[in-house]
Amino acid sequence: MSAPSGSPHATAGARTPPRPGVAVAPAALASSGPAPARQNGPAQSQMQVPSGHGLHHQNYVAPSGPYSLEPGKLASSLPDGQCNDYYSGLYTLPAQKVATPGAASHTGAQQVYCGGPPAPPLLGTLPGPVPGATVAASHMHTSASQPYPSFVNYYSSPTIYTASSSAASQGFPATCHYGVSAVSNAVHPSVSYSSLPPGDPYTQVFTSQSALATGPGRKGSFPGQNAAPSRPSALAAPLPPQHLQQQSLAGYSALSWSVPGLPPTQDKLIRNHSGPLASASSSPANPVADSLAGPSMQNAPPPRSSPVVSTALPGALSTRVLPAGKHPGELVALGAQPQELPPQKGMQYGDYVNNQASSAPTPLSSASDDEEEEEDEEAGVDSSSTTSSASPVPNSYDVLEGGGYPDMHSSSASSPAPDPVPEPQPVPTPTAPQSAKVAKPFGHSYPALQPGYQNAAAPPTSGVQPGAVPYAAFQQYPQQYPGVNQLSSSLGGLSLQSSPQPESLRPVNLTQEKDVLPPTPIWAPVPNLNLDLKKLNCSPDSFRCTLTNIPQTQALLNKAKLPLGLLLHPFRDLTQLPVITSNIIVRCRSCRTYINPFVSFIDQRRWKCNLCYRVNDVPEEFMYNPLTRSYGEPHKRPEVQNSTVEFIASSDYMLRPPQAAVYLFVLDVSHNAVEAGYLTVLCQSLLENLDKLPGDSRTRIGFMTFDSTIHFYNLQEGLSQPQMLIVSDIDDVFLPTPDGLLVNLYESKELIKVLLNALPSGRVSVFQTQLPSLGAGLLQSREDPNQRSSTKVVQHLGPATDFYKKLALDCSGQQTAMDLFLLSSQYSDLASLACMSKYSAGCIYYYPSFHCTHNPSQAEKLQKDLKRYLTRKIGFEAVMRIRCTKGLSMHTFHGNFFVRSTDLLSLANINPDAGFAVQLSIEESLTDTSLVCFQTALLYTSSKGERRIRVHTLCLPVVSSLAEVYAGVDVQAAICLLANMAVDRSVSSSLSDARDALVNAVVDSLSAYGSAVSNFQHSGLIAPASLKLFPLYVLALLKQKAFRTGTSTRLDDRVYAMCQIKSQPLVHLMKMIHPNLYRIDRLTDEGAIHVSDRVVPQPPLQKLSAERLTREGAFLMDCGSVFYIWIGKSCDNNFIEDVLGYPNFASIPQKMTYLPDLDTLSSERTRSFVAWLRDSRPLSPVLHVVKDESPAKAEFFQHLVEDRTEAAFSYYEFLVHVQRHICK
Amino acid sequence: MQALLLTAALIFFAIWHILAFDELKTDYKNPIDQCNTLNPLVLSEYLIHAFFCTMFLYAAKWLTLGLNMSLLAYHIWRYISRPVMSGPGLYDPTTIMNADILAYCQKEGWCKLAFYLLALFLTTYMA
Repeated sequence: MSAPSGSPHATAGARTPPRPGVAVAPAALASSGPAPARQNGPAQSQMQVPSGHGLHHQNYVAPSGPYSLEPGKLASSLPDGQCNDYYSGLYTLPAQKVATPGAASHTGAQQVYCGGPPAPPLLGTLPGPVPGATVAASHMHTSASQPYPSFVNYYSSPTIYTASSSAASQGFPATCHYGVSAVSNAVHPSVSYSSLPPGDPYTQVFTSQSALATGPGRKGSFPGQNAAPSRPSALAAPLPPQHLQQQSLAGYSALSWSVPGLPPTQDKLIRNHSGPLASASSSPANPVADSLAGPSMQNAPPPRSSPVVSTALPGALSTRVLPAGKHPGELVALGAQPQELPPQKGMQYGDYVNNQASSAPTPLSSASDDEEEEEDEEAGVDSSSTTSSASPVPNSYDVLEGGGYPDMHSSSASSPAPDPVPEPQPVPTPTAPQSAKVAKPFGHSYPALQPGYQNAAAPPTSGVQPGAVPYAAFQQYPQQYPGVNQLSSSLGGLSLQSSPQPESLRPVNLTQEKDVLPPTPIWAPVPNLNLDLKKLNCSPDSFRCTLTNIPQTQALLNKAKLPLGLLLHPFRDLTQLPVITSNIIVRCRSCRTYINPFVSFIDQRRWKCNLCYRVNDVPEEFMYNPLTRSYGEPHKRPEVQNSTVEFIASSDYMLRPPQAAVYLFVLDVSHNAVEAGYLTVLCQSLLENLDKLPGDSRTRIGFMTFDSTIHFYNLQEGLSQPQMLIVSDIDDVFLPTPDGLLVNLYESKELIKVLLNALPSGRVSVFQTQLPSLGAGLLQSREDPNQRSSTKVVQHLGPATDFYKKLALDCSGQQTAMDLFLLSSQYSDLASLACMSKYSAGCIYYYPSFHCTHNPSQAEKLQKDLKRYLTRKIGFEAVMRIRCTKGLSMHTFHGNFFVRSTDLLSLANINPDAGFAVQLSIEESLTDTSLVCFQTALLYTSSKGERRIRVHTLCLPVVSSLAEVYAGVDVQAAICLLANMAVDRSVSSSLSDARDALVNAVVDSLSAYGSAVSNFQHSGLIAPASLKLFPLYVLALLKQKAFRTGTSTRLDDRVYAMCQIKSQPLVHLMKMIHPNLYRIDRLTDEGAIHVSDRVVPQPPLQKLSAERLTREGAFLMDCGSVFYIWIGKSCDNNFIEDVLGYPNFASIPQKMTYLPDLDTLSSERTRSFVAWLRDSRPLSPVLHVVKDESPAKAEFFQHLVEDRTEAAFSYYEFLVHVQRHICK
Repeated sequence: MQALLLTAALIFFAIWHILAFDELKTDYKNPIDQCNTLNPLVLSEYLIHAFFCTMFLYAAKWLTLGLNMSLLAYHIWRYISRPVMSGPGLYDPTTIMNADILAYCQKEGWCKLAFYLLALFLTTYMA
């Protein structure tokens, strides 16, 4: 039951859930027996990787094809002497492969690899086969653990590897470390993992891993993150390092991640590794892991012991990257000269290593603190797991996409290409590389200090520094700052820049500005923090605030008349994510905040919580940094270096052992359903994706169908045919075969296939296709068709009965989510039915007038949605807690969930496409702080049965003047929050109220700005540049299906739009509100970006107005879930022929839903552009080719929000309207 | 005398509500459980209060009746505008955690407590 099934039928759904045993799979709450926990623990290590990354893995595998292979290969290739073991072997293999692959092919990966290549030289130092090393690196990425160890061996840089090895042992560890570093890198591109020299490659590798996905992503990311990209280059040209070094030195000198240099270290590391390796070896054992490739490797937990290697050192990596050649200037040229720096640093490392080694064991042994276990999973105190290690979790999607998502918007575009290049060069820098490795990050920030730390104790300095934040920050940035500046900036850490942002405050006269819409996509504003913090901050894709400058008091906020709130996309597919397996999860003792990059270290032993300001002790284990294998650097741990991390939680975070994934499909097989033919599509999709359903070997699946009776299917193992059992007493449903309903997916796969093949034959059916007309949840039609276009009252937006709500709460209590697929041609009272998903954290899909033959585009959409739905990542038994700095409080949540307490959301399931919004208020004045932080912690059980916590932390400055508040408005976030609030208002009050509130939001904020900030008394409508799109977006919202009046809108369509507003993440919601329009008949390569060997043209955005549609053109409108290509009547025949494959306009069919694969330049450009747009989102949108004059064009034109319609203002009229209100 | 007892009962209800919402706010209890315990109380409180009003009516205590009628009207309005639900009661676990609603309910609890205390004095000294 857990998740997936659409259970339209009230009855069916209701009944089933209760059965604890059965349904539960997902839920975790029950009880956490220690034992179970244990299981988890051990299992986890093995399983973890898989599970957590399960999906990822797959993805990875796919993407990284090479990678995946690698593992196996790795294994095969045994180590040379160097690697103690497999790893080396493995690595080598991988390396080879990697090498082979040529960096180029796998952008992200490649880069990494590249890094690898350089390693070889290093290797030179080391005995190990260089290639192997590289390979290893790559491996590492892929499969983390094994590779690492080997790496270590190979590389002189052992450290890194060691780390990896250790990591491996831990599970991900190596990976993790790498990952971490990588992560950090990845995340913050700059991070470069400075993995040790040898490591460099590795590190890169790691990064790549982390990036894996990233690879592609990376590219994207890189750009943003300067460092990262550079690294690759560094790798490529190891030599350059010196130059780099110098630069970097200035910045980093200390960093020097000279690491590389340290052969000694390596040795040490190696030793360590060996230890770990041994453990690792065990890990390798897991077949699964192997199969999984990357993931599995990670699983390999055993190794825990080894601490993370230097991997962490971003610098090193970066250096490699730096290689210079490629990204010469920019990237940080961390690369210190390999040799030079190395010594010292190397030494240091060595020490660390040693320390680590010694320490490492401890951690392992250490158990979690029992301190306070709280009921909430979250509350759970520290969990113990193995050593800490971080691994990058690549998401498959991302990987696949090739960097599509990358955090960096900007970066993604441009950067990608570069990465590949580096690879080739790798080889070159043998010894040098080591030195090169220097960690960019650290170096930059505190050159001097770091050394100190490293040395040991030096702590002081670093400790001294006020801002805790700093530490983390350092790593990443390095490049950017010149040495001195860096220091000062880091020190300045907390202080805000006082200078106003001229651009965002530039007054814009809206009535005179013809084109408010910029030609390029709009990115989230960057909070006005110092550079260190900026780089550390959470990606705006996961976490955004409507005001990036938080007003000091509620009074100031009220003056600004802007909504304050957060928009979250917590479970988004990430290209790289540091995964931390640690004995202890360090949290504040009073508010339970997870340690994050924005805490401050008062000294080496104490840190101050950034949310409640309590001073906490740094646990002994936390003093050891597995990434660098150094001791006494708590500020360099991955938890403190990344604002998005994932912890593997211990049993303290479970109320019961992680349950198996259970999927129950409840299908409507009434006459209506059979008629529409959705079953065929569903069964086909299920058959195709049966193997890809997330879950482990315990996964169970079941089917129920219903018409006026309920049919159960006995799929128990051993039967030759599925048995259908019919229960006609729907008022008192019982389960005819309690054991046979849900069966193990793998044991009974054949039977399931038989059933699925039989279904379309007519006996069974679908999700919900019509209004429930029987049983406990029956509903009556409430829609009055004559009211559809009414401008006055829209009724029945709320539920007619609380039956579905109660059902949802029951399910939620059983940790079961219900997803609703409504395929109905008539009114089905979605407002009532949707409650079953809303409160059980499910999702809602609606296909109006679905028919598999009459409406092929809907059928295609269903098919695509199902594919994503069945295979996307899923988290069970989840809860999400949002914390914010003292003084702020959350007062309303938006999304699909059940609110269990003031800051805790209960989510039976979490999926990567779910978004949330939170409204905030300022309860106490924030005058005594200059920064506020928000932290979301999502605790969930992965489909592999691991308990995990994903933590995002966002840091924002506090301001005291109104002008600064306006300067920091994130208009997209604000509009999304307003949309959510408007939905609530529509339901609780009325639609017209909600519309008025939207208009008032514009009027109030602009008039407040006009009277308080702007000095001009123009006749026009003045807005700050940051708000110039606000009126346009509000107008778009007023014309959105959910809120429009005067245009005929079916009640279900309206309600569905509202459901989407509530549950979609910002990126998708913005496209829904304000689609992007491009002209595509004249695509050129000007400004094009390169994504995995493809050139993607970047046409400018057009405003949504018919005046932009010329008859001679062809336009693409990206509405998020739908693409429209509008072909003008006199569109150039060349274009029609080259792209659409028809000789002229007249011969284009009315319904065309694809672009033919033609071998022409313009076709290639168009397809590459469309593919690029598609890749950037999880749901593959359906494409409609709309001819001018075709009846379908109305659908296209309704999205042109700047135009006047019968019932609504044009953009200009709306401005005048707003202005009139302001003047009143 | 009876009136005194009943007023005491009402005061008890009011205090109970205040405590319950405080528990919710401090994350002490699950909103579903809390609503399940609170909802049956709502109607009984309203009925007791309505019973009072009729008693005052019969006793021709116009002043007290006037005061109580306003509360009675509020009760009726409150119950009519309650969220869609099948059982008796006012509180919906899915919306009760909304900060605005929670704050409203708490405020309501305090006001009622004050009102009932006042009523207690009135009945004691005026009877």
